Amino acid sequence: MDLHELQQIARRERERRRRIRIHCCTSLGCHASNAIEIKRRLEEAVIAAGLEGEIEVAGVGCMGFCGHGPMVEIDPENILYEYVSPDDAPSIVASIHGGACTAGRGDKNHPFFARQYPIVRKNGGKIDPERIEEYIAAGGYRSLYRAINEMTPAEVIDEITRSGLRGRGGAGYPTGLKWATVAKSRGDRRFVVCNGDEGDPGAFMDRSVLESDPHLVLEGMSIAAYAVGADQGYVYVRGEYPLAIERLQKAINQAKKHSLLGSQIFDSALDFRVDIRVGAGAFVCGEETALIASIEGGRGQPRPRPPYPAESGLWGKPTLINNVETFANIASIIERGSAWYSGIGTESSRGTKVFALTGKICNTGLVEVPMGMTLREIVEGLGGGAPDGGTVKAVQTGGPSGGCIPASLFDTPVDYESLAKVGSIMGSGGMVVMDEATNMVELAKFYMEFCMDESCGKCIPCRVGTVQIYRLLEKITAGEATPADVDQLRALCQLVRDTSLCGLGQSAPNPVISTLKYFPEEYDALIKP
Amino acid sequence: MAAKTLKINGTMISAREGESILEAARDSGVSIPTLCHLDGLSDVGACRLCIVDVGGRLRPACTTAVAEGMDIQTNTEQLRAYRRQIVELLFAERGHVCAVCVASGHCELQNLAVSLGMDHVRYDYLAPTCTVDISHQRFGIDHNRCVLCTRCVRACDEVEGVHTWDISGRGTSARIISDLNQPWGDAESCTSCGKCLLACPTGALFQRGSTVAEMEHASGRIAVIVESRRVRG
Ligand SMILES: Cc1cc2nc3c(=O)[nH]c(=O)nc-3n(C[C@H](O)[C@H](O)[C@H](O)COP(=O)(O)O)c2cc1C
Ligand code: SF4
Ligand code: SF4
Ligand code: SF4
Ligand code: FES
Ligand code: FES
Repeated sequence: MDLHELQQIARRERERRRRIRIHCCTSLGCHASNAIEIKRRLEEAVIAAGLEGEIEVAGVGCMGFCGHGPMVEIDPENILYEYVSPDDAPSIVASIHGGACTAGRGDKNHPFFARQYPIVRKNGGKIDPERIEEYIAAGGYRSLYRAINEMTPAEVIDEITRSGLRGRGGAGYPTGLKWATVAKSRGDRRFVVCNGDEGDPGAFMDRSVLESDPHLVLEGMSIAAYAVGADQGYVYVRGEYPLAIERLQKAINQAKKHSLLGSQIFDSALDFRVDIRVGAGAFVCGEETALIASIEGGRGQPRPRPPYPAESGLWGKPTLINNVETFANIASIIERGSAWYSGIGTESSRGTKVFALTGKICNTGLVEVPMGMTLREIVEGLGGGAPDGGTVKAVQTGGPSGGCIPASLFDTPVDYESLAKVGSIMGSGGMVVMDEATNMVELAKFYMEFCMDESCGKCIPCRVGTVQIYRLLEKITAGEATPADVDQLRALCQLVRDTSLCGLGQSAPNPVISTLKYFPEEYDALIKP
Repeated sequence: MAAKTLKINGTMISAREGESILEAARDSGVSIPTLCHLDGLSDVGACRLCIVDVGGRLRPACTTAVAEGMDIQTNTEQLRAYRRQIVELLFAERGHVCAVCVASGHCELQNLAVSLGMDHVRYDYLAPTCTVDISHQRFGIDHNRCVLCTRCVRACDEVEGVHTWDISGRGTSARIISDLNQPWGDAESCTSCGKCLLACPTGALFQRGSTVAEMEHASGRIAVIVESRRVRG
């Protein structure tokens, strides 16, 4: 494979294309509501109308507006249909030549779309994730070529450092710095690991990226491998994501076939192979040291750090571990430059972030917005606020590790530092919206039950402390608790936060601490004097 | 090997590079409570009793290496309160009835409770159903008294080289298991060496036939075995 061949594939793909493409979302949300049948019926309708020469039907990745799915889009006409049913298929095809359409029209000028800034999701809803040709026609693998042929590994790392990209897995560690550490660590072999465990309830960003654009993640990993000197990569995906695994495996096979993975990539000295490792769906296996233990075939259980994986990771070798979304940013940074990327977002948090909007919100789905956008704009502007005239009361960011932010603080800009200041975290991008009907103590109890069930059991504060916190919350919601129990609750939260071994335990009390802080009256109302 | 100078409870001490805070503290006569640590075995940092305050941040002493200029407090009000809470959590987790336990008087958990001044448990007793396995000819395990410190797992794996023990389940459902979750008596890998009994800090692992307060663990022998192997090469 060389640049010429890459361009040829792109040209052949463009020539193959029909004038009009009907994009039919086949990602999980729409998949679950009959998208495959819709796609089949659309294909039938095109043939029945004798329009195969002019129209093609493409199964594409998630368009983001999952709550209004199944979604269908006419390209390049820019017409969107929502809540499509298989019976709408003939009229959708007929509408292209002016016929009436029975499907509901979506609005592409809706703030939900208009205020997004797609980088990670640039191909989402536009290309068929199962065809590498479409990814290449969209400019794919050009950045890998550029990195290998026009840049030294040190220059690649430098570019990522200057972009200001920070890890999207939760903690926001500077990506360039991590790459530089791995590149400098001593070892006869290095590994690149992509963390696709995505275990927090309400989060589905990484699944969507893997399902909608698997090559984007693979290209990011390959660039990383070149930069840090790795020859083997692993993508760790939870078993509950069968469609993501299937598409990723297809993508790996296609990339191998085109020599974009394997030996001497782009005729360079870079050898890089990628394998999938399927996890059993434990939340704790998203923690990097537990994830590494799991890939090694051991019990998915964290170990104390340091040493950090960058120095001693998989089988004791220097290992770069980044989140799916982190890798999905890389190709664009190499393509458009660090200056462009660092111009998006805020001083401390550059670029965009993908959020999964769920809960009591009109527009459930995925949004990618520049860092620094306020919570209000995301929840009310893009998300459309609470359905049925309800009022949004709070939003939980960061899932079970995050905190609850009340509506009074919705002018907080979404960046790592600002969210930490109000007692929550960016987390991996889950945003669960609550309305007036949600009881905050119940919410805290829900997340604590999750942490209690997901605790690996290694350290005592998390293993037993979460159970005791959960029991106290149960006592409170049953109306049987006294003020002394609330003191006990606070003391336990501090213990678990300060003394647990890994991030799961350390952050487990966050939902309780933040609801106690912002909604004390809801606790008080349940306490016996 | 380079020496490091650091402060423990306000006193300057010197420590060897690569040494843990726990070792450095002990060398200078400062004792720090531990439970999952056992001399001679690798450290896992699981019980969190050895936490110390390093310049305002809490760190486990057993798995944190010394560094130049560290300012360590080992016995603050906050640390004592946390340690007491942790031991309380353990007593509430399973069924510890000291009055009828083989290890009473020789139990590290009991000693910790006494030294930390933990005289009552403020938490709900979780009272899980735990089994007692006496299928082994000479030994038994009573899961009611197990604190999941994994000292038996490491002694069997690292010293005897067998790895009969491991853990199944997670959270408070986690249990120590022998071989493929079989009765100990059916675990073919076990050589009946008794090292796990030496390592166990509580009355969970015991010699069959011992009665109340008879079970002394002599856990120091694990370190003696490891050290003598090292010296003899
Ligand atoms: C309990 C727990 C769960 C985690 N789950 C995930 C996850 O699902 N995906 C992820 O990328 N990072 C997760 N992390 C963070 C990882 O440990 C690690 O920091 C991250 O993968 C690094 O990638 P990044 O620098 O690109 O963010 C989790 C951490 C903890 C403590
Ligand atoms: S904090 Fe919880 S999940 Fe993490 S090591 Fe301790 S018990 Fe396991
Ligand atoms: S008796 Fe020895 S071999 Fe058997 S389980 Fe205990 S340590 Fe392992
Ligand atoms: S049996 Fe004893 S040594 Fe093994 S984990 Fe339980 S308490 Fe620790
Ligand atoms: S899954 Fe179809 S729009 Fe998201
Ligand atoms: S002795 Fe250090 S954590 Fe248990």
